[in-house]
Amino acid sequence: MTLADFASFVVLPLMGVAFLIAMIRLFLGPSLADRVVALEVIGVTVMCILGVLAIVSGSTSYFDVALVIALVTFLGTIAVAAYIQRRTDR
Amino acid sequence: MIEFVTGALLLLGAFFLIVAAVGLLRMPDLFMRMSTSTKAAVLCVGFVLAGGGVYFADLAVTTKVITVVVFVGLTAPVAAHMIGRAAYLEGVSLWEGTLFDELKGKYDPATHDPGSPAASSPQDGPGTQGIPGPEAPPVRKGTSNPRRPSKPR
Repeated sequence: MTLADFASFVVLPLMGVAFLIAMIRLFLGPSLADRVVALEVIGVTVMCILGVLAIVSGSTSYFDVALVIALVTFLGTIAVAAYIQRRTDR
Repeated sequence: MIEFVTGALLLLGAFFLIVAAVGLLRMPDLFMRMSTSTKAAVLCVGFVLAGGGVYFADLAVTTKVITVVVFVGLTAPVAAHMIGRAAYLEGVSLWEGTLFDELKGKYDPATHDPGSPAASSPQDGPGTQGIPGPEAPPVRKGTSNPRRPSKPR
């Protein structure tokens, strides 16, 4: 079993399971902050999947995509947190 | 040899990702969910991208990996702090088995000002209602002022 097979058939399905579990919390989440936390975990999952895909495909451009996703996830989380806090400042 | 190290790092990263997702699903409280998922997610990104850096063994790839890991390690606690603070001020209910709410009474409910003297009076310390903690101060009758009613969501 080569490393690409191991990454494709063991690691990526585990990450897909984690993605689906985070998706359940995204749909269930009782408050808005729960959904934001679930989205943050989904962003981290996508970053990990991109790291594995870089190893499987041999292309190093996926790390740039991971960096962009980290930036966008952080900015989105901060924006929604500011929105939640402004909503309570009445 | 490099492949075994990479595979082990990927498997560790996948394990921590599963831990983060299960904690996100199973924890009873927003703040516990945030605690588990933030820490495990930072570990997971670190392990998986370190596996990529070990596998490629290239200067450009290693630089990108270090950049991403440092960025995630710096911003994930900040994001979790802001989400937790906003959710606490909004009134997201704690777990019913929570023993300590150390922020109870520290915030003025109208202005969200942490330093206002009326809100941070000492009789509003932790444990003045509900289950008192082990070293909770004695409850003074008539002065226990719940900071805010828990809004139904």
